[in-house]
Amino acid sequence: MNPILEVSKLNKSFGGVTVARDIDFVLDAGAMHCLIGPNGAGKSSFFRLLLGEHAPDSGAIRFSGDDITALRSFERIRKGISVKFQVPGIFKALSVRQNLEVAFQHHLHGASLGGTIRRVLEFTNLTGEAATHAGVLSHGQQQWLEIGMAVGVEPKLLLLDEPTAGMSPDETRKTGEMLHELNARGITILAVEHDMAFVQQIADSVTVLHMGAIFAKGSIDEITEHPGVQEIYLGAADE
Amino acid sequence: MRRLELPDASEAPARQGLRLWLSRLEGPQTMGRGPGFWVAAALAVAAAAAYPAFANDYVVGNAAYFLVWTFMAMGLGVVWGYGGALSFGQTAFFGLAGYTYGVITINIGSAFGATWLALLLSVALGGIFALLIGYFMFYGRIKGVFIGIVTLSVTLVLETFMAQTAGPQWRIGEARLNGFNGMSGMPPLTVPWFGGDVLLYAGTTLYYVLLGMVVLVYMGLRMLLNAPFGNVLVAIRENPERAEMLGYDIRLYQMLAFGLGGALAGTSGVLYTAWGQYITPSSMGLTSAALPIVWVAVGGRRDITATLLGCLLVIAGFQSLTIYGSQYALIVMGVLLVFTVLVTPNGLIYTAMDRVGRLFGEARR
Ligand SMILES: Nc1ncnc2c1ncn2[C@@H]1O[C@H](COP(=O)(O)OP(=O)(O)O)[C@@H](O)[C@H]1O
Ligand SMILES: [Mg+2]
Repeated sequence: MNPILEVSKLNKSFGGVTVARDIDFVLDAGAMHCLIGPNGAGKSSFFRLLLGEHAPDSGAIRFSGDDITALRSFERIRKGISVKFQVPGIFKALSVRQNLEVAFQHHLHGASLGGTIRRVLEFTNLTGEAATHAGVLSHGQQQWLEIGMAVGVEPKLLLLDEPTAGMSPDETRKTGEMLHELNARGITILAVEHDMAFVQQIADSVTVLHMGAIFAKGSIDEITEHPGVQEIYLGAADE
Repeated sequence: MRRLELPDASEAPARQGLRLWLSRLEGPQTMGRGPGFWVAAALAVAAAAAYPAFANDYVVGNAAYFLVWTFMAMGLGVVWGYGGALSFGQTAFFGLAGYTYGVITINIGSAFGATWLALLLSVALGGIFALLIGYFMFYGRIKGVFIGIVTLSVTLVLETFMAQTAGPQWRIGEARLNGFNGMSGMPPLTVPWFGGDVLLYAGTTLYYVLLGMVVLVYMGLRMLLNAPFGNVLVAIRENPERAEMLGYDIRLYQMLAFGLGGALAGTSGVLYTAWGQYITPSSMGLTSAALPIVWVAVGGRRDITATLLGCLLVIAGFQSLTIYGSQYALIVMGVLLVFTVLVTPNGLIYTAMDRVGRLFGEARR
């Protein structure tokens, strides 16, 4: 397989807090991979490093073969990355339709823009909400809107930070199906997730992050049976 | 399997070219849509056009003076209301363009439509200067209140500089800058015409020219604000980090909006100078710099129509109060600003339009 994302020796600290410690991480094109780890492990920070929101202290990030370490966020996005953040990053004062317009108009125009918006509205069950201000949607609907914003542009790599937080089991399952569908169309997916049932549903393999470093890597069965992994989760729960 | 990308064959063909732009006269970024709104707008323009028939030339010239300022107000509306960057220094571009108009026209005269060339060059210079300031601010990641501080500093520096140009050595060609007393003697806008140039002194003809310009700029801005550019600008105001994570170079958008605001402030500066054949450094001073913020805040910064109407209303009010003394009028402006911020933070006109729109159920979104 050819890798779409190659992270090597990535380090980042904020004062005394190390959020990334010598991270080496390779993601194959076409993979569906999950990143897990206790709260504060550095999962969201890892995404922010990938996206250029934080500059690493050292290390390199390659995407589709290009070194993107020095690129600005918007330049990385334009190379074919899209992201759904942990905290819904929608434009609350804009209507649902405008949110989607802003998300897609960079890549799409005219009829294909209108068509994509219509389909994403349908897909996310927000057709009736198109004219509603995004800020008044329910938490679950905001999640869907942001997922719609992230997937409508058909990125090469989709980063999802806790996509199912606050969703009902039904919605969670639907999200999983959607991710499979996207993956079948060639989109590589990297998701941070807590819900192990969901991880089981979507991921081929899992990476465990702990205190900013990669702790373990493997299939889901390997990881769930890994005694050390159980320990760090329990340890984190004890705090 | 549902597909998210390719359009259906059944998709309506996209509007293109002029029709696409005309369709953007209405949209989520501007209040007012449907026949009701446009009939009201046409009636307002018709009333403004009929007005000179009922007033003498002096009074009409005074009304033209109100129109002069609307461009700077609409520009600030774009920069602040839509783009989220509160500029305290639009008067820098106003003054720069006004002085430039004076320098050019005093040197090359007004024959063959030269005053219009001077207008274009001066407005362009105002815009370019704003792009430059915008470049340093936005690419330097200056944000929030610091934008106000930087822009205010720029206009005050320009004021201070111009105020010390009294000596005879401060001249550009024929044009004396004249320090604190200001520059005068430039020609008004002049239209070349058969049998002799038409000089647009403050009066009915100038009023019509300005009215036409206001309508054109207002419609142009409506289209721009409802175009992808306006969408992104508003998205940046709402959540800049997210906008960047959708692939937009937010610094570029903010800089371009700031340049547009500068060009519009420059338009007001040129028209002001041509209207009274006069400009002084105090047009870039603290009081002058604060007034556009009052107009835009009181009218409503988040809608271009509210900004335009608010500006006209506040200036007309200010003008009638000045009869009782300009200090007094300024205090009333201050009170009005505080009242607006506390009671209708979105602006008086904006709130009123919003209410009316809800009543008719068509003016909004
Ligand atoms: N900008 C920052 N400044 C200082 N500390 C930070 C910053 N961002 C994250 N952290 C810290 O880094 C650690 C990892 O955070 P985060 O990446 O959000 O973890 P996770 O997403 O795995 O729960 C936490 O202890 C958090 O407090
Ligand atoms: Mg997190």
